[in-house]
Amino acid sequence: MKSGKRQKKLGLLLVNATLLLLVLLWTIPTLGIFVSSFRNREKIANTGWWRVFPYRDWQMVREIDIQNSGLDPDGVMEIEGATGTFEEFRAGVETPDGKRITWIGNKRLGRVEVQEQVWTIDWDFTLDNYKQVLGGQDFEFKKPDGTVQIVPGDNMSSAFMNSLAVAIPSTAIPILIAAFAAYAFAWMKFPGRRWMFILIVALLVVPLQIALVPILRDYKALNLNGTFLAIWLAHTGFGLALATYLLYNYISGLPRDILESAFIDGASHFTVFTRLVLPLSVPALASFAIFQFLWVWNDYLVALIFLGGNPEFELVTQRMAAIVGSRGSEWHLLTAGAFVSMALPLLVFFSMQRFFVRGLLAGSVKG
Amino acid sequence: MNQASSKGTQDKSVAGEILSFIGRVILAVSIPLIAFYVLYLGFLFLRDSDAPREVITLVAIVWGVGGVGLLYWVFNNLVERLPDVWRGRLLPFVFVGPAMAILSWYLAIPTLRTFWISLFDRDGPPEELSLFQQLASDSFVGLSNYIAVFTEELMLEAFRNNLMWIIIGSTLSVVFGLLIAVLADRSSFEKTAKSLIFLPMAISFVGASIIWNFIYEYRPIGQTQIGLLNSIVTSFGGTPQAWPQWVAILPWNNLFLIVIVIWLQAGFSMVLFSAALKGIPEELMEAARMDGATEIQIFFRIMVPYIRGTIISVWTTIVIFTLKIFDVVWVMTGGQFGTHVIATQFYRQSFTNRNSGFGSAIAIVLLIAVIPVMIYNLKQFREQEAF
Repeated sequence: MKSGKRQKKLGLLLVNATLLLLVLLWTIPTLGIFVSSFRNREKIANTGWWRVFPYRDWQMVREIDIQNSGLDPDGVMEIEGATGTFEEFRAGVETPDGKRITWIGNKRLGRVEVQEQVWTIDWDFTLDNYKQVLGGQDFEFKKPDGTVQIVPGDNMSSAFMNSLAVAIPSTAIPILIAAFAAYAFAWMKFPGRRWMFILIVALLVVPLQIALVPILRDYKALNLNGTFLAIWLAHTGFGLALATYLLYNYISGLPRDILESAFIDGASHFTVFTRLVLPLSVPALASFAIFQFLWVWNDYLVALIFLGGNPEFELVTQRMAAIVGSRGSEWHLLTAGAFVSMALPLLVFFSMQRFFVRGLLAGSVKG
Repeated sequence: MNQASSKGTQDKSVAGEILSFIGRVILAVSIPLIAFYVLYLGFLFLRDSDAPREVITLVAIVWGVGGVGLLYWVFNNLVERLPDVWRGRLLPFVFVGPAMAILSWYLAIPTLRTFWISLFDRDGPPEELSLFQQLASDSFVGLSNYIAVFTEELMLEAFRNNLMWIIIGSTLSVVFGLLIAVLADRSSFEKTAKSLIFLPMAISFVGASIIWNFIYEYRPIGQTQIGLLNSIVTSFGGTPQAWPQWVAILPWNNLFLIVIVIWLQAGFSMVLFSAALKGIPEELMEAARMDGATEIQIFFRIMVPYIRGTIISVWTTIVIFTLKIFDVVWVMTGGQFGTHVIATQFYRQSFTNRNSGFGSAIAIVLLIAVIPVMIYNLKQFREQEAF
């Protein structure tokens, strides 16, 4: 009995340890970007972000006077028990008692440091990266050698507003249209009802790539390209099949007697829909809304094609991709920008996780 | 009550009938006209205005969302004004019509149009001609775009890579999702663990590409590595690499991109598996334990068969998803270094090379690839006799 208990405990420990390892693996990539977005530009470019955790670093204990020590930098030298050439001392040579001798600077005017390893931590955080990526101005950086470098910032805040203007209607419009259609499928009789629904089921998995070339032609003919309306309609078209399907599943399951008694009281379909069905379907509407919002906010391809020609309407994903393309090593902009672009979806995700999971379980498969 | 009054007036005054008919017609014409005019003004404002971005955004949201609601309200009002018989016939189409119209315009008809375009050369069918004249024109090339799709070197590379994406990406997403779901179910911190694994689902592919670019960041030997992977590799004495661009190990450098999608999708499969696992009756597992089954046996003999349906549907979903993968590759490598996939080739051919015939042929190949799933969905739908 006792050994069984111990085995159980050991098993739990093993489970927890493996899971912890996996969770760490999944979290560290995001953590790296998050931490880096608060470190200044110099530090991101020259040291690893994991320096926010305690690490051992060499620190100077004292300095050795080269002039009076009689050292010959051109040959093999011995300093405090460490031997090596000038080049080796430049990289640092360790002494038998765990210290390190490092030659800093050139042969004549340099200095020699005796260093010891100490535990240290780099917690020097700043909000400058966020200001630079949102502000849209140029910024000056002082390099260690005193020269000043001018680095342009980026204007993510305008892209953020554009993304909002695209994402909110692109979420609300398909939901409204799909809810009307789902109601009709569930509570009205009309010719072609079954065939229309079969079409919706068939369109669930159709890849949106199939539509891009013809729709772009239509938009050019209608002079719609590069407008908000163009991209709202596109997102509506690509999200509508799934929305109708999911909402139909929910609305057709609403209790029949509530609706029937409303009809007996003389309510029209429109009234029943707006006063009864919509409020009752809030959970289903919310879970699809989260999906569609995340999908539209994070979309890159549809925006690239239907808004691509209009730089004024650039969205956060396009802006970020553009920074990756043109300034891929400016990590202070990329890390802060990535978090600006993630802030809203993460907020939505965490505040409405329950609805999101429910939506997933209802069978959300997007074509 | 409407019915009663209309019956009552039937034989009373013809003039009243005509007046109300005219009134209905005027309303029927004027309400949509006013509504369309207001919407059109909003559209012009959005297209041409120099107002501050906040104002434009707000107007865009109100105009877009309010406009759709307004249209439904207007059409519903119109139909309600019609005689009863017509109202009953037309109202369902007011409700279902817009959805079907948009779906037809954006997905159903484009499949046919894209197929048609794929039979022509780079400029597509000459639109000023009739369909039969288009067939006879010089731009008609028959199936030669499809022959090119299956013979061009970059396309073959894309097919090979997509196959890797589908096989490795979807399988590992399912395996990790299942592993995490099983572990989380028995662990002491189930909720936290699941939230953290699930979190990448909220991150865009572009964001994820930046996150992983930072992990793969490469500095020449001798400099401090600021990328996590190269830092680990060099601390064990290895040579730093620019991992996704490492062409020496072609095609395995694709794995460094596939990892990103596994990272994003494991949370999705975990949530579905987790819910399915909770549906396994506890007695079943207890009985197996009493019979002396080990946990590993329980996993393979009871859990996996029990949730087989969920595993298949999750796996298919991720297969379709990886089939269309685009953003990650486009942002990380742009398809260079032997990393092209079908969707990046589609984009390159359709929009960079402006070869719409070739691009459309690729899109049709993507469509054909999902047809088995489509048939499966339709079969499932027919089996639910509820409709």
